Amino acid sequence: MSYFGLDRPRSPLYYTAWKITFVVGLLLTCGLFYYAAASVHYDWRWYRVPQYFWYSGQEDIRSDFSGTVKEVQHTPSGTVIRFAAEDHPGELVSMTLGAGSEALVQPETDVYMGDIIAKRSFSKPGILLEGLWVTVVVSSFAIVAGIGIGLVTGLCRLSNNPALRWGAITYIEIIRGSPLLVQIFLWYFVVGFVVDALLGQVGLPGIAPLWYGVAALAIFTGAYVAEIVRAGIQSVHRGQMEAARSLGMTHSQAMRKIILPQAFRRILPPLAGQFISLIKDSSLLGVMAVRELTKATREAVTSSLQSLELWFTCALLYLVLTFMLSLFVQYLERRAVR
Amino acid sequence: MIHAKHVHKYFWIPHQLHALKDVSLEVAKGEALVIIGPSGSGKSTFLRCMNRLEYADAGEIWVNGTNILDVDCDINKLRAEVGMVFQSFNLFPHLTVLQNLTLAPETVLGRSSKQANEKAMSLLEKVGIAEKCEVYPDQLSGGQQQRVAIARALAMDPQVMLFDEPTSALDPEMVGEVLDVMRTLAREGMTMVVVTHEMGFAREVADRLVFMDQGAIVEQGTPEEIFQNAQNDRTKLFLSQIL
Ligand SMILES: Nc1ncnc2c1ncn2[C@@H]1O[C@H](COP(=O)(O)OP(=O)(O)O)[C@@H](O)[C@H]1O
Ligand SMILES: [Mg+2]
Repeated sequence: MSYFGLDRPRSPLYYTAWKITFVVGLLLTCGLFYYAAASVHYDWRWYRVPQYFWYSGQEDIRSDFSGTVKEVQHTPSGTVIRFAAEDHPGELVSMTLGAGSEALVQPETDVYMGDIIAKRSFSKPGILLEGLWVTVVVSSFAIVAGIGIGLVTGLCRLSNNPALRWGAITYIEIIRGSPLLVQIFLWYFVVGFVVDALLGQVGLPGIAPLWYGVAALAIFTGAYVAEIVRAGIQSVHRGQMEAARSLGMTHSQAMRKIILPQAFRRILPPLAGQFISLIKDSSLLGVMAVRELTKATREAVTSSLQSLELWFTCALLYLVLTFMLSLFVQYLERRAVR
Repeated sequence: MIHAKHVHKYFWIPHQLHALKDVSLEVAKGEALVIIGPSGSGKSTFLRCMNRLEYADAGEIWVNGTNILDVDCDINKLRAEVGMVFQSFNLFPHLTVLQNLTLAPETVLGRSSKQANEKAMSLLEKVGIAEKCEVYPDQLSGGQQQRVAIARALAMDPQVMLFDEPTSALDPEMVGEVLDVMRTLAREGMTMVVVTHEMGFAREVADRLVFMDQGAIVEQGTPEEIFQNAQNDRTKLFLSQIL
């Protein structure tokens, strides 16, 4: 499409035919997968997946006393059961059951301590939803920090000050030259170990692994963002800086008002790609005991054995996240069309 | 107004080049000075040394009573007093025409946006494109863009205007409108240093004509002296080629 018009025009039939080819290819691939899955006698149990998003269950409530139930009273804040307890002669003792509970005893029932006297229904977010949330939180923090780090490093990379420039180059080269997984291990087992030990010496609690994860991702992404920022700034024509300076603006005024706004629009597409990578890379944080989406899926698979459904779901959730991010960036791009 | 004394400029990349060789020049207040010369003779380099877009390696360049090669000189304040117009316009593409004119007065001179807007509108009026104040530069023709660029420089109330081949990137039919604006400026007594190949303009507007070749000033004088009675062979050769 980008070089449209340089070759002879195609007939409408050409486009229709290839569109059909695409759809057929897609259906065929799906069909093949379906056939393969069907022929290994796997029991598809999609109905088991929702419970990993939202879990509803009942729990037993047991009696704290031995004695006789004297009264079951329903109040707005829950059900109150009063007992004539053996070890509290002459007075009534009571238990308050929280909302959503249902008493299983009537007045004059004899109970022993530990008997089930009520059931309480509850529902809470399932492990997949919790994992998804952790992934969103980790990625968001890492993206924001990564932009900050990348912007500063990118500017340092272009600075005339050798300390700043070499510092930026060193950081970028080290980070880009080692695998993210190794960096995550370093953050967790080396930095985390040392920092937590030091904090422990002064009597402070350690830092949650999640924050080491955020740091690992932010520092990793920052190096790539720095290179994107640098390329973006360098892509702005030199004459722009000269024009701004010739009007008496300082270097930093020209940078903020003239160069960066123009660079911003050009770096949005590669930035989007970088942040999509970051969301996907957050799946590595499972190795440092951060229960993000991938780790959560693994745990769910271990307990349910419905691995195909759950891994499909997992992939789909990542797809939704990355797709939303790229929609957001496209929106920004349209807004910053100048 | 501008006094360059024994200015030398070297370039080291891609190879050593002595771009300005002991150039001395004085521009009086209110004077319109036109620099001509073959391509690569150092005209742009010299002009850019006058507001330190290029840092001259030796000599002195006094602008408005300050030696701009002095390390202590406040170059931003000085540049605010020296307007520059580029061959390739260099308008800010992410800002509207009006914002192009108001940004620097607001950020550098600290003018209120009302003041800056009024000044900008009167300048756009003057260069004849007030009705385009809300559009972006890429929606303008080359001639219009260059007139906006002149207005942008004028918005800072400069003492001197430097023009580096302001019409060289324009289609022929647009050259006139830009030269008209410059002619008006010269008539109003603006101090101007103009690098150009428009000999008609030079003949008509220049108080003094300077011919540069190979990094040095070869000859200077009134337009009549140069056009009718050039002394130097290189000047004669250049004029015969261009006229
Ligand atoms: N930034 C630069 N780096 C290296 N050489 C340059 C630079 N700018 C100009 N030159 C060289 O200096 C000489 C004079 O250039 P310039 O002043 O642009 O000439 P003119 O404007 O008269 O055509 C040319 O040989 C040019 O190649
Ligand atoms: Mg030139």
